[in-house]
Amino acid sequence: MHTPETQPRTSVFYTYKIYPFRRPEELVGGAARAPVVIVGAGPVGLLTAIDLARYGVRSVVLEAEQQVSHGSRAIVLTRRSMEILQHAGVAEPFVRKGLQWSKGRSFFRGKEVYQMVMPHDSNDRFLPGLNISQQYIEEYLVDAAERTGLVDLRWGSKVTDIHQNADAALLSIDTPEGEYALTADYVVAADGGRSTVRRLLGLRMEGRAYAGNFVIADIKANIDLPTERLCFFDPDWNPGNNVLVHRQPDDIWRLDFRLPDGETAEEALERSRLAARIDLILAMIGRKVPWELDWATVYSASTLTLPDYVSGRVAFVGDAAHLLPIFGVRGANTGFQDAGNLSWKLALVAKGLAPPRLLESYSQERVTAAREICDEAAKSTRFMSPPTPGYRLMRDAVLSLSLSQDFCRNLLHWRTSRPHVYAHSALNSPSADAFITGPAPGEPALNARIAEGDHLQDHFGPGFQLLCFPATPADVAPLAAAMHASGLPVTVLALGRGAAEGADVVLPDPDGVVAARYGAAPGTAYLLRPDLHVCARWRAPTPEGVTAALTTAIAGERP
Amino acid sequence: MIERNITDTALEAAYDGIAEAIDATPEDKRPLFLAKLALVLANLVGDEGRIADAVSAARCDL
Repeated sequence: MHTPETQPRTSVFYTYKIYPFRRPEELVGGAARAPVVIVGAGPVGLLTAIDLARYGVRSVVLEAEQQVSHGSRAIVLTRRSMEILQHAGVAEPFVRKGLQWSKGRSFFRGKEVYQMVMPHDSNDRFLPGLNISQQYIEEYLVDAAERTGLVDLRWGSKVTDIHQNADAALLSIDTPEGEYALTADYVVAADGGRSTVRRLLGLRMEGRAYAGNFVIADIKANIDLPTERLCFFDPDWNPGNNVLVHRQPDDIWRLDFRLPDGETAEEALERSRLAARIDLILAMIGRKVPWELDWATVYSASTLTLPDYVSGRVAFVGDAAHLLPIFGVRGANTGFQDAGNLSWKLALVAKGLAPPRLLESYSQERVTAAREICDEAAKSTRFMSPPTPGYRLMRDAVLSLSLSQDFCRNLLHWRTSRPHVYAHSALNSPSADAFITGPAPGEPALNARIAEGDHLQDHFGPGFQLLCFPATPADVAPLAAAMHASGLPVTVLALGRGAAEGADVVLPDPDGVVAARYGAAPGTAYLLRPDLHVCARWRAPTPEGVTAALTTAIAGERP
Repeated sequence: MIERNITDTALEAAYDGIAEAIDATPEDKRPLFLAKLALVLANLVGDEGRIADAVSAARCDL
């Protein structure tokens, strides 16, 4: 019998709520078949469920615990993640609660040796980073999932077995009131780094683990410093190792530091030793203030990924699919991109609007992305946590030089997570037309300012977007007719002055900002996938061209 | 073999200058000094292929 903890976790700032276990129909004799079962109610599983609901697809979400997870964990959401949340219709509480930031500073021997302001201008709605503790991420997504009315969120429900045959996946589930079986058309494994589903299917990740353990501690303290990324290399109290400091909402501060080699996790988390180090960090930032510990854990870096994210009827997302180092905020941010990529494909397949082979593109695109991210993250990790004496010597040489020389300072760049470009995706329709600027097929859509507080992406609907920059108001109607005839969820946006018959949304572009960002001339059109990547663009679009590009984008049969 | 790119006089001066700098550096800081020197010279060379050739040449016959 599965007996999850029913006492709320303790916290100095967050009130954990126990979500009740509710006896499902399957335990009382009913045996419904679920179109999609999502294993894990972490940020990535919940976002997948919310996104599926946007397309009218019901899901059952199974979560072993009865409360949200412990500690700040994911902490930093990138601009791209905020755009994904906005497109899922759930960004608002994140903006209200989170702390947005764009600047980072690195210190060595008490001197600031590197500063970076991540690019941001008026065309972006969100700053490059938003700090928020994972408890809030999960709470807001639970609330949003409940509001859809299409997500059956089952707390206290632990998957113990899974079998697949040609037309279904069969899950065994243990609960506080006994076991039951659940049949699913598709399963999404979003059950984290220690994924039960991955283990039950006998799948192995590829890549490497890095030496070096890090303590992550959340403390509550009244510290009058701005929200930015602070990095201290080789402080006196922790020779050769580094310390990261991030501000969170509610006067919570996240401290990360590497342990001296050979020290165990148990030793590092021993209360008096941890407290002494926290005092040393506060002294180092010049704020020797009283503090309370909320949560602490020990972490080590890996760059590991499954070689295939689809196994029969099971798709893996987030940490269940890959384990990435924290440097560059790649965990939840990569997972949100997985969720954004998978959910529309799974929704169209579940509704019979696209062939099942569309799911293969999820694996192809996201495994490619994960391998690129592993390479990028490995570079960050080799600097932040040198794995060998050679890397440590060169890192120390760069730090020493950075005190007096400019040429090497960019080696301190922390390489923040960024959206992958699906340049070689089979879902793209390569453009025969000449574009000098604007996002090419595979690149993420650009946001653009339309007016004060009004941005292009605010107007995107669920599904595909056709962005039209019509030469005449009559241009749009035949293209819109082709889009709507596809039977797919689509939104047709017309940019420019005046009405455009057939468009779902007409947006003024008074300063031509959107046209400039997209390199658009009169007549230009862009087709965006539901996860906001460009899949086709034209100088002189035709209804036939639009239909063909949509067919390609859902891995359909060309007529 | 990498091409010769320096006069005998300049090479002798480099030989002496680096030797004296190594002697003036505490023993436990010499690898750090040499790593910094290598990075500074890499910056002055500015060519990825030539730097890779230099690393190979220096690794020979240790």
